[in-house]
Amino acid sequence: MVLSSADKNNVKGVFAKIGGQAEAYGAETLERDVMFAAYPQTKTYFPHFDLGKGSAQVKGHGKKVAAALVEAANNIDDIAGTLSKLSDLHAQKLRVDPVNFKLLGQCFLVVVASHNPAVLTPEVHASLDKFLCAVGNVLTAKYR
Amino acid sequence: MVHWSAEEKQLISSVWGKVNVEECGAEALARLLIVYPWTQRFFSDFGNLSSPTAITGNPKVRAHGKKVLTSFGEAIKNLDNIKGTFSKLSELHCEKLHVDPENFRLLGDILVIVLASHFGRDFTPACQFAWQKLVGVVAHALARKYH
Repeated sequence: MVLSSADKNNVKGVFAKIGGQAEAYGAETLERDVMFAAYPQTKTYFPHFDLGKGSAQVKGHGKKVAAALVEAANNIDDIAGTLSKLSDLHAQKLRVDPVNFKLLGQCFLVVVASHNPAVLTPEVHASLDKFLCAVGNVLTAKYR
Repeated sequence: MVHWSAEEKQLISSVWGKVNVEECGAEALARLLIVYPWTQRFFSDFGNLSSPTAITGNPKVRAHGKKVLTSFGEAIKNLDNIKGTFSKLSELHCEKLHVDPENFRLLGDILVIVLASHFGRDFTPACQFAWQKLVGVVAHALARKYH
């Protein structure tokens, strides 16, 4: 799965429109993913978190996730290099099962769709989905 | 049997009550074909699917999207027996249509995104939870008779 230049432009466009809201989107993504997911498995990665409604820990972690996505979008020609340290972390320490990146991606798309439906045209939706897949692939690339 | 809380049932029906089945269905199917182009393999007789614009405007896509989402509505009318409701459709998708059940999961996720884009802030996390559960149950029911 390769990001075309149209994909890259679409992704950069999304993050440009989201702008300073990225952190808030990240927080909401994680709320939807971890706290409300139809897949309780995501909670297993946060036994040390307060997962109650409005959890500051979940919000804080969501912001971190969003910051990484922004960084990847800003360096979209070299996602692997940009996220290399995060890739190491996920492989050696966090070892989040790869399926969960898809769930997170789904929640991020839902957040973008609900806040910014005009931005998420079918073409942009496709590009953003590809981008999120690419990020997930990079983060799991060193798993074995 | 799947258990639905009163809140989940309420969240599902209140969203569904406001859904334009024709528009949402058309949009969901179009996005499936655009975001996951390999799904076009099932629609070789649908005519022009050569670009997102072509897909979105394709009358066969629109009609089929409406058909699919109308059928989805049957699940909502029969939340306590989704398995039974889709038993024959499951056989059909296996024996005649030869659709990999993974596609039901893909379409379900796309439907959730389409609903989010239509309902905005009203598509709360609790709402998403209920609908992700529903699309998962529907996908499971449609795959159940595969052999």
